[in-house]
Amino acid sequence: MKRTDINTAGGSPAQGPGRFNSSTILYLVLLALALVAPAVLYPIFLVKVLCVALFALAFNLLIGYGGLLSFGHAMFFGGASYITGHAMLVWGWPTELGILVGVVFSTLLGVVAGLIAIRRQGIYFAMVTLALAQMVYFIFLQMPFTGGEDGIQNVPRRAVFGFIDIANDTTLYYVVLTIFVFGFLFIYRTIHSPFGQVLKAIRENEDRATSLGYHTTRFKLLAFVLSAGLAGLAGATKVVVFQIATLTDVTWQMSGEVVLMTLVGGLGTVFGPVVGAAIIITMQDYLATFGEWVLVIQGVTFVIMVSLFRRGVVGEIAALINRVR
Amino acid sequence: MPDIVDRSVHDGRLALKVVDLNAWYGESHVLHGMSFDIREGEVVTLLGRNGAGKSTTMRSIMGMLPTRKGSIIFNGKEMISMPSHHIAREGIGYVPEERGIFSSLNVQENLELPPVLKKGGLSTQEVYVLFPALLERRNSQGTKLSGGEQQMLAIARILRTGVKFLLLDEPTEGLAPVIVQQIGGIIHTLKERGYTILLVEQNFRFASTVADRHYVVEDGKIVDRIMNADIASSTEKLRGYLGV
Repeated sequence: MKRTDINTAGGSPAQGPGRFNSSTILYLVLLALALVAPAVLYPIFLVKVLCVALFALAFNLLIGYGGLLSFGHAMFFGGASYITGHAMLVWGWPTELGILVGVVFSTLLGVVAGLIAIRRQGIYFAMVTLALAQMVYFIFLQMPFTGGEDGIQNVPRRAVFGFIDIANDTTLYYVVLTIFVFGFLFIYRTIHSPFGQVLKAIRENEDRATSLGYHTTRFKLLAFVLSAGLAGLAGATKVVVFQIATLTDVTWQMSGEVVLMTLVGGLGTVFGPVVGAAIIITMQDYLATFGEWVLVIQGVTFVIMVSLFRRGVVGEIAALINRVR
Repeated sequence: MPDIVDRSVHDGRLALKVVDLNAWYGESHVLHGMSFDIREGEVVTLLGRNGAGKSTTMRSIMGMLPTRKGSIIFNGKEMISMPSHHIAREGIGYVPEERGIFSSLNVQENLELPPVLKKGGLSTQEVYVLFPALLERRNSQGTKLSGGEQQMLAIARILRTGVKFLLLDEPTEGLAPVIVQQIGGIIHTLKERGYTILLVEQNFRFASTVADRHYVVEDGKIVDRIMNADIASSTEKLRGYLGV
């Protein structure tokens, strides 16, 4: 039997093959919309949404399915962007290798941070990840190659694989969309694999998973490392797009923002982080004229979402559809 | 406590031998030298009142209590200092009182979640033959099951793993009489197939329909042993122990 639950980890009832088809269609429609989107919307805005959405997806893999709230994910996102930026600007590496080295860096950082943090739970886990992220922030602030407050600027946009010219914003968009879809499918497969099932079981009742014979620490560590690597992929892609790696990407505010996006979109839903990222980025971009007030608007949105729509946008819609059925 | 080797109806090998097991929840000392044993193919119950330490004994065997001392020998192997997930992998299937069904997974996913540990486990199809009610419900979410269905699922998913030694913690608790009968039938079937079962029960009438022997637990230790054949003559004594 094919596993068919698509939308929620938290409680979708009976699903048959029909359900599988309807969600496949939904995904194909979304993909089609994504393909024509640059005709309507500003490509660089879309690219920004995609990068941040991938970051939120990576974060959601850890909290939504592993139940681990990391408050230091900016270290992977920002860390990878520095490494990629440096590799491309100073070492002159091609785009694809630059991104790869960023991902490798964040994955390795994920192993180290994971080994330290994974033994604690709940608020202690969050605090350990925050502390580690602050250390990483400090290191990047002090290291000469990161350019301190200036960051790494003017990272070149080299043709991908030597022939896909990403100086053109529309081409760039399709390249980033490809990376995003790859990341999305990777996460989708992970969640729906036996590994993902065990992860959900651990989130729900770790004792029980242990007494069934699972070494739960190992599963949580792997989830942490995968999440770190994918967050790095998002950060590395972002530096290619914006040609700059800055301290903003490694600050704790960045770690907080990804929590916000995931909660607004729907924790533990497959598509929630994407919607959450789109909402938050849209607010930041289109309400930019309000200046600092954007933060207040974001705060109010967050409070309303958490108090009235705890499942987030996608979670609430999925719950509504289930009720109607 | 006299010597712990019972005049057992079985001559099978010792499956589990617990000697002088002490366990603590933080500061509070909850097991005070539990000693008992089970031979292969036996069904043995731990009877006792609420809070006597029956479930704690099971949790302690599984290594789920922070501190434990004494000796737990399973298939000739000392397990007292083993981590919990290794204990499960040695071949003990634990079905907890709260059943531990994962609510974010459906019946089929719950069934297929536990790792297959040994050869000779039931296939998913065989499980459904044994538990036809689960087949009908296989796409239902874990939370949407009745108590009886949850209990069946909790037992069923252990059978896939291939372990032959089961710890069942109050499988009949809160269930309708007809379901209790079904659970009794399942325990009989498992016994016929050579499973060894340690059962925690408060309901000794039910226990007497499935078990070979009974241990009475009080204040974290064994205070009496009763062969199932003698249960009719021990009814008064048991009433005293269980306060029913």
